[in-house]
Amino acid sequence: MIDTYWQLFLAFFIPNVIGYGGGPAIIPLIEIEVVSHYQWLNLQEFSEILALGNSLPSPIATKMAGHIGYMVGGITGAVIAVFATVAPSLLLMIFLLAILYRYKDSVKVKSMTLFVRPVIAVMMAILTFKLLQNSYADSGALHSAGLIICAYLLLERAKLHPALVIGSALAYGGVFLG
Amino acid sequence: MSRQWQIFAAFFRIGIFGFGGGPSMIPLFHAEVVKRYQWMPEQEFSDTLAIGNTLPGPIATKMAGYIGFRVGGTLGAINAVIANIVPSIIAMILMLTLLSAYKDQSWVAGMGQGVLPVVVVMMAKLTWDFFDKSRSSFGIKGTLLIASVTAIALLGLGLHPAIIIVSLLIIALLRADKSQGIQPLTAQSNSKKASVEK
Repeated sequence: MIDTYWQLFLAFFIPNVIGYGGGPAIIPLIEIEVVSHYQWLNLQEFSEILALGNSLPSPIATKMAGHIGYMVGGITGAVIAVFATVAPSLLLMIFLLAILYRYKDSVKVKSMTLFVRPVIAVMMAILTFKLLQNSYADSGALHSAGLIICAYLLLERAKLHPALVIGSALAYGGVFLG
Repeated sequence: MSRQWQIFAAFFRIGIFGFGGGPSMIPLFHAEVVKRYQWMPEQEFSDTLAIGNTLPGPIATKMAGYIGFRVGGTLGAINAVIANIVPSIIAMILMLTLLSAYKDQSWVAGMGQGVLPVVVVMMAKLTWDFFDKSRSSFGIKGTLLIASVTAIALLGLGLHPAIIIVSLLIIALLRADKSQGIQPLTAQSNSKKASVEK
């Protein structure tokens, strides 16, 4: 069990210390750890976590950590995964504030986010493609394409709240894809 | 009302009304911390945000933890982070546990299938946002260069992304020494501040 706890710590610590560029940047980094590396869950389960995570408030990183930690190691697992997500950068911020203050407008520090962003973009593209493949394999081309077009129109054109779109997709899937 | 209770109430509200992930919660932080409780003046708030952005990891918990620490010490930091994130983690675990309890039912599997295309759209949107942001701040050539190297390293060589990212962070630090002042960056940081002050 100690091994599992240590793995949980690493699986969330690594994405969160290299995940420059804001909350969603860590999504593909976490997928690499929990799906590809440790295989605690499959891509379908990961996408369900993303879907529900996106329909609930507060940051996606902590919700993913809390739930996956709980799945793998119960309440202790959840606490460890959330701690690995929150503590490292928060402690740095509290203890190094004076030093960081000097660098807050530094070109160097800003260029760190800049250099990492294209990497995250590629990782997100790969993850999107994998999810698309899964959807095609599970629901076929017709359902996948139809749902993708509807989801795009509702989310990006009609600007509907993600929770509503996800709720409708769950209902549609339960009725027509079950 | 005691100080700790105020901290809890403020970050609890931010946590349960902050839809759309960390960065979209910033205006809520501003409303509670600067306007309602006046724990920090405007300038300090935008400095805190800028400092938070120099570090990796989710911005919301850095803001909550740091402001909690400033207002109520170590207990305040823990209190703020818990109030901010625990309610939605519990909601998440309850919903997904319920779903997996009925995993064998075909309609539950169908729900999972139905939601997958929506996640595809959300991830595609995020992918585009990251490319777009990268293109506008880093230029199309730089973006494509790093993107192709990343694709080869990840898909061709099977390297762990941490290796790629840490190497790029080192390059970024060394390179910025030579070429001081990449213009679009300063513009970006100013606009970020301006939007906070609104």
